[in-house]
Amino acid sequence: MAKSVAHHHNEEHGHEHVHHDLDSLKSFGFWIFLMTDVIIFGCLFAVYVVLRNNTAGGPTADELFKMPGVIAETFILLTSSFTSGLAVLAMHAGKRNQLIGWLAVTFLLGAAFITLEVTEFIDMVHEGATIATSGFLSGFFTLVGTHGLHVSIGLVWMIGLMLQLRKRGITKVTKRKVEVLSLYWHFLDVVWIFVLTVVYLMGVM
Amino acid sequence: MWGNLESFSDFFVTGDPMILGAQVSIALAMIAIVFVLTVFKKWGWLWREWLTTVDHKRVGIMYIIASILMLFRGGVDALLMRLQLAMPDSEFLHAEHYNQIFTTHGVIMILFMAMPLMFGLFNIAVPLQIGARDVAYPFLNALSFWLFFFGAMLFNVSFIIGGSPDAGWLAYPPLSELAHNPGVGQNFYIWGIQISGIGSLATGINFVVTILKMRAPGMKLMKMPMFTWSVLSSCLMILFAFPILTVTMALLFLDRFLGAHFFTLDAGGNPMMYINMIWMWGHPEVYIVVVPAFGIFSEVVATFSRKKLFGYSSMVFAMISIAVMSFFTWAHHFFTMGSGADVNAFFAVSTMIIAIPTGVKIFNWLFTMFRGRIRFTTPMLWTIAFIPCFIVGGMTGVMLAVAPADFQFHNSYFLIAHFHQVLIGGVAFGYFAGLYYWWPKMFGFALNERLGKWAFWFWNIGFYVCFMPQYFLGLDGMTRRLYTYDFDMGWGPLNMISTVGGFLMGVGFLFQVWQIAHSIKFHKRDTTGDFWDGRTLEWSIPSPAPLYNFATDPQVKDVDDWWETKQKLARGEKLPPKPALEPIHMPKNSAIPFIMSIFWFGLGFGLVWDWLWMAIPSFIGVAACMIARSFTYDDDYYIPVDEIKRTEEAAAALKGATT
Repeated sequence: MAKSVAHHHNEEHGHEHVHHDLDSLKSFGFWIFLMTDVIIFGCLFAVYVVLRNNTAGGPTADELFKMPGVIAETFILLTSSFTSGLAVLAMHAGKRNQLIGWLAVTFLLGAAFITLEVTEFIDMVHEGATIATSGFLSGFFTLVGTHGLHVSIGLVWMIGLMLQLRKRGITKVTKRKVEVLSLYWHFLDVVWIFVLTVVYLMGVM
Repeated sequence: MWGNLESFSDFFVTGDPMILGAQVSIALAMIAIVFVLTVFKKWGWLWREWLTTVDHKRVGIMYIIASILMLFRGGVDALLMRLQLAMPDSEFLHAEHYNQIFTTHGVIMILFMAMPLMFGLFNIAVPLQIGARDVAYPFLNALSFWLFFFGAMLFNVSFIIGGSPDAGWLAYPPLSELAHNPGVGQNFYIWGIQISGIGSLATGINFVVTILKMRAPGMKLMKMPMFTWSVLSSCLMILFAFPILTVTMALLFLDRFLGAHFFTLDAGGNPMMYINMIWMWGHPEVYIVVVPAFGIFSEVVATFSRKKLFGYSSMVFAMISIAVMSFFTWAHHFFTMGSGADVNAFFAVSTMIIAIPTGVKIFNWLFTMFRGRIRFTTPMLWTIAFIPCFIVGGMTGVMLAVAPADFQFHNSYFLIAHFHQVLIGGVAFGYFAGLYYWWPKMFGFALNERLGKWAFWFWNIGFYVCFMPQYFLGLDGMTRRLYTYDFDMGWGPLNMISTVGGFLMGVGFLFQVWQIAHSIKFHKRDTTGDFWDGRTLEWSIPSPAPLYNFATDPQVKDVDDWWETKQKLARGEKLPPKPALEPIHMPKNSAIPFIMSIFWFGLGFGLVWDWLWMAIPSFIGVAACMIARSFTYDDDYYIPVDEIKRTEEAAAALKGATT
């Protein structure tokens, strides 16, 4: 299967090359998957923008959002993107323990982000602002919640990857997996920048 | 624990004799299948060879079998509707039942018949056409199939459990919202589509990567077979369109499940947003299914005219421009929404523009046939029949695109006739042509041509008898989704004719079933691997293709490379020697796609009934399957050279014995 790919490089194709080519194929597919994810977020942003003034007598963005918490979330997530970058650098330097260490730091920052977000959501629900309150809040909880869900999936993924790295070390396969995960993580960071701007900053403006 | 269930009849649909009959026959069929598999000791075979396979050829066959079953069910729905409408004031079906039937007919025909038949043909033909050993991600490919399969099962089960959805094939809110549709039918709709939709998206990614990255050496993009081009175009549309469907279904579900207000009438919801979103997916969707049919026609017309396809590059250009334009026409489905003259004008013009590349294609096919030595085989007959049918369907489409006139045509039988003409005349005819064309390649034996021609004529005559009267019914004011009409309307005679046509198509389908059964019994073996004297790489290998497809990588020099090779051989030229055999790297079978899709089914079923005790463990099951896959490193093996040699020699011996 992968041999026809290997031929493009006119190389001998032992097991190693086959794996190398399969891995580049998988990275390419992941890029395409991320593009489809961009469309999912694009739709959710569009829905939010359409509905954001439909508060139906419920709380408005201005009344609801507490910026200090949001700014803390932002800095935590941006820092986690930086530490995931450090993890990749450690991987390229061939330092497995350092790689796992930076992934662990990234994991903790991601978990802190999720904790803050969930707390924010719980506070809102206690104030009577739920997904069923108004079109605006349906759009808000779904958009921000989908981002949070992505981050949570990333956290589970990160644990699995750390276990695999501990068992197998830095191989071509684990290397590709770390690179794909870090791509995913940076992508979520970019999405968050848009959430911060479109939802929070424009909401309290 | 059972939450909203108060009695047995809340769960099983009871009280309708037709549905009771269906329930009994489903139960009998299931007992019969279990019995046969047990008596002939075939469980292990089923598990090893089919349920856990990751081979694209087998996945393709499973897609096709499932889609033919769905064609049967969607067809029965259609005939029930035609029976109800055959005469005025008919009491064969009551209004509620009729609503369910037109809903399930539409969903099944588009999403569970056309899509899987299309994916089946992708799987069968694309890797063979581009000289690849499999698709880019064989595991994901199997997962796509099982997600489709269990999504389709979840949708179909609503027929006997809980009640079918009844808000139309696109489930417009507010009718599909909880306030107006409190049953579980609409939940089945959402989760059936959602689960199979994830599979479709994955298939889209899979084939884009396969086509872009796995072509045989020498096959530049502009040397690809036209069907492969059409698949690339279709899959690019899938990548952009299906995420929108995923979001739309998720939001509708949140409305129904958590009381959100995306599309509700109160608390700031906006139903028109749903209609925009569903058509942003839905319009590209019809091109997603029709463009591969165009690809099939291009292959068939070149093969059976024994000529190179006329206007290769204009065909590619037409396909890609259709793919792009398809995203800018969605609002023509609701000119009557009231978005204003400027918006309607934009969408009217963009819709008419699509007719241009389509017209280019029609001329290309005609010029390919011009002065060709045409063989009137079944695939070619469907292709020739498609051309006039699609021209009329396309012209009525342009009529519908004229926004002011559309206020008259909108939601009338004129529209019904139009889209059946493009979807049957384009998609169904195209996939039938493809099925007949690649059948010998799939199974290694030929279909009976004589019975195929009977089927062809019944389908074709039936089609015109059924749908031509509907244009006039529409102009006479008959609207769609009408379950009965008054004698005084004067629609009786045309409806009766239309019903007769519907049944003629049903007879055509029976002929096709007979044709397949007959051909299995008399088994006319294709020993050459090149049954139709074909032009592209899939015909250069034995039928059915060996597990690894190509023993050595083909070296491609021309468009229609296999045809050119045959010409060179006929001229007595020597072909470059084939490279030595090497062990072939293959993916191992896996049970995870099948098991994971069962968990998806459980998740969907749990959410349909609001049974979290079922949904949560199923969700954990899905996650566990994904983790198990991530931890699997031993997922490939090598086919040794000896085995390849034996397989190739056996195929050569079979060929030599007959020529």
